[in-house]
Amino acid sequence: MKVLKLIIKNTFRHKLRTFLTILGIGVAVMAFGLLRTVVTAFDSGVQSSSADRLVTRDAVTFINPLPLSYLNQMKQVPGVKQITYMNWFGGTYIDQSHFFARYAVDPNTFFSVYPEYEIGRKTLSEFESQPNTCIVGSGLAQRYNFKVGDVITIDGDIYPGTWEFQVAGIYKPEFKSTDAMSMFLNWNYLNEEVKQTFPARADEVGWYVERIGAGANPGEVSRNIDALFANSPAETKTESERQFQQGFLASAGAIISAMDYMSFVIVGIIMLVLANTMIMSARERTREYAVLKAIGFSGRHLIGMIFGESLLVSLLGGVLGIFLTYPVVNSFASFASFLGTQLSVQSITLITASAAVVIVGIAAAVFPIQRAMNTRIADGIRFVG
Amino acid sequence: MFDLIEIKDVEKVYRRDSIEAPVLSGINLMVKDGEFLALMGPSGSGKTTLLNMIAGIDKPTSGQIVVGGTDISKMSESALAKWRSSNIGFIFQFYNLIPVLTAYENVELPLLLTKLSKSERKQHVESALNIVGLSDRMKYYPKQLSGGQEQKVAIARAIVTDPVILIADEPTGDLDKNSAEEIMTLMQRLNTEFKKTIVMVTHDAHTASKARVLRRLEKGDLLPAEAEAA
Ligand SMILES: Nc1ncnc2c1ncn2[C@@H]1O[C@H](COP(=O)(O)OP(=O)(O)OP(=O)(O)O)[C@@H](O)[C@H]1O
Ligand SMILES: [Mg+2]
Repeated sequence: MKVLKLIIKNTFRHKLRTFLTILGIGVAVMAFGLLRTVVTAFDSGVQSSSADRLVTRDAVTFINPLPLSYLNQMKQVPGVKQITYMNWFGGTYIDQSHFFARYAVDPNTFFSVYPEYEIGRKTLSEFESQPNTCIVGSGLAQRYNFKVGDVITIDGDIYPGTWEFQVAGIYKPEFKSTDAMSMFLNWNYLNEEVKQTFPARADEVGWYVERIGAGANPGEVSRNIDALFANSPAETKTESERQFQQGFLASAGAIISAMDYMSFVIVGIIMLVLANTMIMSARERTREYAVLKAIGFSGRHLIGMIFGESLLVSLLGGVLGIFLTYPVVNSFASFASFLGTQLSVQSITLITASAAVVIVGIAAAVFPIQRAMNTRIADGIRFVG
Repeated sequence: MFDLIEIKDVEKVYRRDSIEAPVLSGINLMVKDGEFLALMGPSGSGKTTLLNMIAGIDKPTSGQIVVGGTDISKMSESALAKWRSSNIGFIFQFYNLIPVLTAYENVELPLLLTKLSKSERKQHVESALNIVGLSDRMKYYPKQLSGGQEQKVAIARAIVTDPVILIADEPTGDLDKNSAEEIMTLMQRLNTEFKKTIVMVTHDAHTASKARVLRRLEKGDLLPAEAEAA
């Protein structure tokens, strides 16, 4: 412990170099934290999908709508307990940077097929009876300070025009992994408006969601549904919600895998940045280490000094990086809506980042320690940098 | 006076790959307790090599080095480290102070290996710096000191543990004439007043003349003591 002062003084011997190293590690740890946060959010989004829900969409692409008339036929399929349907509403709130997901949902069935979006009975009947109302997630309400009675104005694109929706209520996510950032508006209201303006697009739904009975076989139910519409102009594809979500996020999924991979590449980069600094320092101090050994300092002392310095730098960089992660993750929060979950720094991410930083701190000291230990005192004293 | 340092038939051969380079061949040398010995000789004659072996930071290829009755050529690395910390004070040509530590902290370094308390360490450091005449420079960093002052701090570091032997490799080699003179006066005082046995390597005849005994190394051989009397 008596050499602690020497460790600290050694660390800040080259202030600029140390500062740049800490900054480099900090930025890398921040990037690591951001990537891990997104990857974790994605995984929990996929995992939070329910096993007893099937999604039916157009066989070619979920962008193509399905006729509302399919509803009654699908209800006849054995195993189907309940069906709801919805459309992606799109549009822009304020501007592109304020992204959140907006769906037109059937007010009578949506919340019973999706019980994880919790709303009160009174709120639900208000939503059912008042056409131009909407329900927003608690996370969304918090972000934009939406309150019941507020009017949200959306600039439409899929459904052109300026749309105004009054907040009828705020839903609470049942689980931590449940999406809290979405807005649901009344499908019937949307359909009435479309009948006026674009009659050809009336009575179309984006996709159906079926809730199946406890004993039902999801694969069999899916095949039976799709068989109903085989060889029709709009064939369907039914799959589990999880498969659907993964498909919906197929492009995002590739990015997510890249992020997953990148996050570990970044740990390697942190390692190189620190190892480079440590190796330079150790080389410059060849003579000093030899002198310390001559005076009687043991290998253990040198190991402690070099490990100490390496860990100090990596930990300072790690702390900086973790502090930077929070604001950066927040500024990316809108991206989370795509993932159907809230983007927040999870403790697993903090633990992984801290572990990475400690491992890197130790690993980066290995070469310098080896060098200091293997240099003969007599050679070290002769050494001229 | 007894022989504090006994060097018996010491050979040193450096091996690199398959090439053998004999540096010292059959050296025999006795250094009495309280002696101030100067080793002279041309560059490459093996002075530093011999000095390093006496100090226990290098080992002979064959032969014995006995210091104060202990054969240090047989000791393990860790035992040697311990032995050095209490028996040897090092003075180098380029001072080799730690640049990020103050004069005080540099002198304190060897004491960190002892069981001394902080206040005991303070006493020792202050008295060592007092001996070299730098009590007023304790808080200075090496780069704020002149070369001569740096060497004095290095000498304070060498004597702070009160070792029996001081080992000095060209202690004035990097200093101007006046500073060199001061350092040599200090070394003489350490020898007479503080009874340190000193083995010093130097190129410079004037510096060597401050010692009490002079020996010459020539191509790995120690010339007989009679030879240099002439
Ligand atoms: N680690 C080593 N490996 C191989 N040869 C070495 C090594 N160290 C020293 N030598 C060789 O040993 C010989 C003696 O070196 P040494 O440093 O003892 O000489 P010196 O008398 O101190 O010289 P100088 O006056 O220049 O300091 C030289 O030829 C040198 O090249
Ligand atoms: Mg030499």
